Amino acid sequence: MRRGWFLPIVATFGFCFLYAPIVSLVIFSFNESRLVTVWGGFSTRWYGELLADGQMLAAAWISLKVGVLAASIATVIGTLAAFVLTRFGKFRGKLLLTGMVTAPLVMPEVIIGLSLLLLFVAMELVLGWPAGRGLTTVVIAHATFTSAYVAVIAQSRLRDMDESLEEAARDLGAGPVRVFFDITLPVIAPALVSGWLLAFTLSLDDLVIASFVSGPGASTLPMVIFSKVRLGVSPDVNALATIIIVIVAVAVTIAGLLLMRQSKKTG
Amino acid sequence: MSGADAPRRAGLPLRMLALGLAGLGGAVAVSFLTLNATSALLLSALIGAGLLYFLLSRFMGWSDRWMVIAVPLLWLGIFFLVPFFVLGRISLSETMIARPPYSPLWETDAQGNVEIIASLQNYWFILGDALYRNAYLSSIKIAAISTVFALLLGYPIAYYIARSPEPRRSFLLLLVVLPFWTSFLLRVYAWIGFLRREGVINNTLMWLGVIDEPLVMMQTDFAVYIGIVYTYLPFMILPLYANLVKLDGALLEAASDLGATPMVTFFTVTVPLSLPGVIAGSMLVFIPAIGEYVIPALLGGPDTLMIGRTLWDEFFSARDWPVASAVAIIMLILVVIPMMWLQSVQNRQEEGQ
Repeated sequence: MRRGWFLPIVATFGFCFLYAPIVSLVIFSFNESRLVTVWGGFSTRWYGELLADGQMLAAAWISLKVGVLAASIATVIGTLAAFVLTRFGKFRGKLLLTGMVTAPLVMPEVIIGLSLLLLFVAMELVLGWPAGRGLTTVVIAHATFTSAYVAVIAQSRLRDMDESLEEAARDLGAGPVRVFFDITLPVIAPALVSGWLLAFTLSLDDLVIASFVSGPGASTLPMVIFSKVRLGVSPDVNALATIIIVIVAVAVTIAGLLLMRQSKKTG
Repeated sequence: MSGADAPRRAGLPLRMLALGLAGLGGAVAVSFLTLNATSALLLSALIGAGLLYFLLSRFMGWSDRWMVIAVPLLWLGIFFLVPFFVLGRISLSETMIARPPYSPLWETDAQGNVEIIASLQNYWFILGDALYRNAYLSSIKIAAISTVFALLLGYPIAYYIARSPEPRRSFLLLLVVLPFWTSFLLRVYAWIGFLRREGVINNTLMWLGVIDEPLVMMQTDFAVYIGIVYTYLPFMILPLYANLVKLDGALLEAASDLGATPMVTFFTVTVPLSLPGVIAGSMLVFIPAIGEYVIPALLGGPDTLMIGRTLWDEFFSARDWPVASAVAIIMLILVVIPMMWLQSVQNRQEEGQ
């Protein structure tokens, strides 16, 4: 089994399965022909059309704003939840909090989206806030479900971390707030950065929840893409996908290099 | 950590207050410039709450511990837990042409008598209607079949990665996670180009002369299976890998020393030991797949019934909020059981560590 041919072949097939569609997206984004899968010569015209598409650009800008705000809120809430769960011992409501940071990871998006929308509608009736749906409601919704992902990442880092560092700081007279900001936070910072990035990506990517809780004038990028794609393949979506893939590849490479450098320094 | 109970408030540097105030001013300015007024208010309120916390803890001596616990507990409570109660409440209403489009649960007449008009009629309607029943059953079927395929493909990959030497192992893991960082919607979209009539697969096979007629793959259940396996494969591989990488090599050696063939060792030692990983990975694929909307909407045909899609149509096309809520509540009951299973497996694993 260990040196057999079976595992490498399945693994190779698996990785091809994961990457072939992405590669073909990139290749056909440079296709001259409108028929996405028939090669009509090299061209960058779809990138030009993409940049001239005002609706797409406006949606991208909204998605970026939502992503940054939601990821920042999610990082604060997720980190606090992880900290409370790993460092505070037992307290009333711990089981509830544990459930609430795990459930959003697997909860079907349609349920999260519909229930949050109904909450916003009910809140508007009772409290008068939020007035209508738009950017604010999308930010709240995204911050809520992505904070669970941040909490998972932060929790595993907090568990792995050497707690004697925090104890030493406390023994030397630092208060809990000081210990958190001077010791805990710097140690878990890389995990928080990846948590923020994950939350940002998830927010940028979400179609279902945003469709439920968004309002007029706040269509996010996935909502615009989906309405386009539903009518069939369109080459400018390929161009957009290629841009996103390049950004992700560059970001991941940089992050990987930074992490390797750091682990060399500390390890 | 009991230290949090006895905060040394004197240790709080005053510069934090200054920093907070500056941050508040900056955030308010920035958000009013770039966002609409409500978002700006929300952001300022958040930072204001932080400041209030600071003042309360420093000058009023409130327990820091509880205030730290309260932030995530309140946020998730209000925006994750309470919505389910609202969902349940609206599922008991009748649909109305009004704002909001559902009936109240009780009415007070002129004499001040309260009449309760909540009813389970939406649930009877859904359970009695073959369309909804089939949608639930077919969702479970599609999710289960996709989970099995994802397991059959994911297990060997996870095993292969876990057995690889170190530099290659990290690289392969990165390759598994990487697609997860690119847009899910666009990756599903990519499969349209692959599977359709004039798609990459048909073109290649016809060019090779394997087939004469293009295969019909788009708008079938097959395309939905592919889409689900493709999207959720990393969720299967990662828990399996985390489990398999901890597998003690000495156990495998012992088995082979005692005369077991690699096949026998694999099925009697490796597979039973990796069962928690198998369950975790399978649940991480199965549960979200049940409620999947995007994949059946883009790759499936008009007869691909999935409950996430039914709910979407009920809400966006039929605009029947109470029935959509009842559909969601029944779906919730369906996914809660596998969710609790997943949770208990994970808890046991944590305790074992």
